[in-house]
Amino acid sequence: MLDKNGIAKRIAKEVQDGYYVNLGIGIPTLVANYVREDIEVEFQSENGVLGMGPFPFEGEEDADVINAGKQTITTLPGASFFDSAMSFSMIRGKHVDLTILGAMEVAENGDIANWKIPGKMVKGMGGAMDLVASAENIIVAMMHTNKRGESKLLKKCTLPLTGVGCVKRIVTNLAVVEVTNNGFKLLERAPGVSVDEIKKATAGNLIVEGDIPEMQV
Amino acid sequence: MINKKVANVQEALNGVSNNMTFMFGGFGLSGIPENAIAELVKLGVSGLTCISNNAGVDDFGLGLLLQKKQIKKMISSYVGENEEFERQMLSGELDVELIPQGTLAERCRAAQSGFPAIYTPAGYGTEVAEGKETREFDGKMYVLEHAFKADFAFVKAWKGDAAGNLIFKGTARNFNPNMCGAAKITVAEVEELVPLGTLDPNQIHIPGIFVQRIFQGEVYEKRIEQRTVRPKIS
Repeated sequence: MLDKNGIAKRIAKEVQDGYYVNLGIGIPTLVANYVREDIEVEFQSENGVLGMGPFPFEGEEDADVINAGKQTITTLPGASFFDSAMSFSMIRGKHVDLTILGAMEVAENGDIANWKIPGKMVKGMGGAMDLVASAENIIVAMMHTNKRGESKLLKKCTLPLTGVGCVKRIVTNLAVVEVTNNGFKLLERAPGVSVDEIKKATAGNLIVEGDIPEMQV
Repeated sequence: MINKKVANVQEALNGVSNNMTFMFGGFGLSGIPENAIAELVKLGVSGLTCISNNAGVDDFGLGLLLQKKQIKKMISSYVGENEEFERQMLSGELDVELIPQGTLAERCRAAQSGFPAIYTPAGYGTEVAEGKETREFDGKMYVLEHAFKADFAFVKAWKGDAAGNLIFKGTARNFNPNMCGAAKITVAEVEELVPLGTLDPNQIHIPGIFVQRIFQGEVYEKRIEQRTVRPKIS
């Protein structure tokens, strides 16, 4: 079984040379730490920066340079700043190659819910609806089950949707899963996790074909 | 040169009244019009509809207007980090319309650019699209979203001149340029109002035509919401 850093490490393998990548808050943010150093990747933050670098050194933080999580950041050589409309032109216009975001629920048809729990948590969708409506390549990073042990990979989402039929791939603490026309297709198992365990933790239709390899992380 | 310079924040806010619709630039606490907000608190205008990506925190930004119950309705994309906001929303005192961040930006830009509405894929198939016109283009579904209509846009820039030209800094740019000219009156506050002719015309982000009033803010606290750092390696 993987921890949050393990999930991030596995997703980092999907990041290819020359990609512009948007990382959501939470586990997705950790992906930046594990991207291979021999490839060129630029991270976009939807509040208006391309070419994000690491956190600033103590004492060098600037209130005018933050990421979408409102954290102080730095920029790398070649970085640029832009306004919110241009930022979402990059996103809706499909100029961003890969979007990695968290989710509360994903359905076997690729629907995603990650912005609202009616009556409990209503913080808003931020840029998530724009991201999932447009990105060709969306990877969801999340735990396979919620805190109550219930599956987050469902036949149908129960929470208000963020987007419809948009998720292509899911990386969880247990597995790598592809969203197909017939449901969730199991691609890889996390180290030490059996196919049966993944089946038990998946409420939606799980397609298992042949031997399922263990993830390389 | 058409002079946009006003003496102070009081003059800049001349004409604001109860029940108006205002736009506020800023993302989180970065690039918010701190001086205009402080003056609105002093003026005590109420029944306001506020278009702003976020709603500040309890004791700063738009949170200050919320504390005084001056806001009737918020139109935002993300409103976490604010307990008073949550309390007013759950009790029904505050009307809240949550919309996708890119849609918010584009509804500002549509108002700025003379488009009555735009089609966006964001929110299709979700509760955001309920009751809205949808249309298919090349096999994909889009939602019709209308341009905002606002009385005042309050924006904050780094540098500006008396002609109303603006230059922004870092990610404090965010929604500010998109709101310029998107309301009946755009009030720009700047950290530094520089002498006319010192800004390089090649470097102007927003030309003065989109700005009606400009002033230099008295103080900028520029509060940091999430101070994240790494240790210095000696």
